[in-house]
Amino acid sequence: MTALLRFDGVALRRGGRRLFTGLDLQLDADEGLHVTGPNGSGKSSLLRLAAGLLRAERGRVEAGRVALADEHLALDRELPLGRALSFWGSPIDEAMDALGLAHLARAPVRLLSSGQAKRASLARVVASGAPLWLLDEPLNALDGDGAERLAAIVDRHRRDGGAVVVASHQPLAGAWRRLELGA
Amino acid sequence: MIGRLIARDFRRGLAGAAWLPVAFFLLVATLVPFAVGPDARLLERIAPGALWIAALTAALLPIERLIEPDRADGVLDQLALHGVAEESVAFAKIVAHWLTFAPLLLIAAIPASVLLAMDGTALLRAQVALAVGTLGLAALAVAVAAVTAGLPRAGALAGLLLLPLAVPVLIFAVADALLLEAAVSLLLTAGAPFVAGAAIRAART
Repeated sequence: MTALLRFDGVALRRGGRRLFTGLDLQLDADEGLHVTGPNGSGKSSLLRLAAGLLRAERGRVEAGRVALADEHLALDRELPLGRALSFWGSPIDEAMDALGLAHLARAPVRLLSSGQAKRASLARVVASGAPLWLLDEPLNALDGDGAERLAAIVDRHRRDGGAVVVASHQPLAGAWRRLELGA
Repeated sequence: MIGRLIARDFRRGLAGAAWLPVAFFLLVATLVPFAVGPDARLLERIAPGALWIAALTAALLPIERLIEPDRADGVLDQLALHGVAEESVAFAKIVAHWLTFAPLLLIAAIPASVLLAMDGTALLRAQVALAVGTLGLAALAVAVAAVTAGLPRAGALAGLLLLPLAVPVLIFAVADALLLEAAVSLLLTAGAPFVAGAAIRAART
């Protein structure tokens, strides 16, 4: 089995401060990793490293195709949600159903609540078809129904041979490996 | 993806404030007769230069919305995750920006030519020079927008960066050296995506 994500002795420095050094990590198909740690401990930076958006100071990061849901919505605010999501190129109907967004397909993105926006960015991840999902605080702003839907899509993704990394302060349902970053 | 990005930026450019640089262009052209007086011979002589100064100042207006909104909203990050190189993103943005900026400017040049007492041939020559030169200006605008994205007072800084770099285009355009102007314009268009791409990567946090 090939790893979907591998960190080899990775060190990261942000703004002159060393966040972590010598981080080794391997994530295989159907695994889930829950990254915890205080504010500023480098959870989001770890996800951006895995996504290839940041360079490690030392060490190697290997990852295949990834999908990232972070605090940035990256959807055109003036467009209806359906069209804005379609810009990213994958069929979106199923993903919007899975997140309970089907009835909002014609609503302009700028009118979405923060919970609905969170669901929309998760829908893009679902639609992407990428084997590795990187979710930054996915539970923020989600209501009970949203959290259940999130657990369901993560379960299905892992059953289908995908892997998920979640950075979150909140407890997650299901079986997760834990990685705690220091302050 | 590149085609979709061009179409999206084109749509957003036209839906946004595409008329604003054009209005600005016309306004500057209107100021010239007031500034130098209504002498038609004098106006005719300085008209190409006046048009270009109007075009250069108009080119500064859209810079702040070329890159920064997409950086702040994570669109540039998501494009990278979709396997689109930053250079390709910059190229797409240059094409889309030129398509929104140049045609409107060429249309606005017609009323401006009346204000500046230009005849038909002079107008046509100026329009050809504008069509060729605005490609280089669009490339410069995107590169400068990428370099200044996320900085405080990016707009003022962008003007300071763009105008000196646009001088070669200006010189050849008003000297009627169309081939040299085209060469400079193409050079800028070829180089700008790499500058912008590197700047986008460097601005990631």
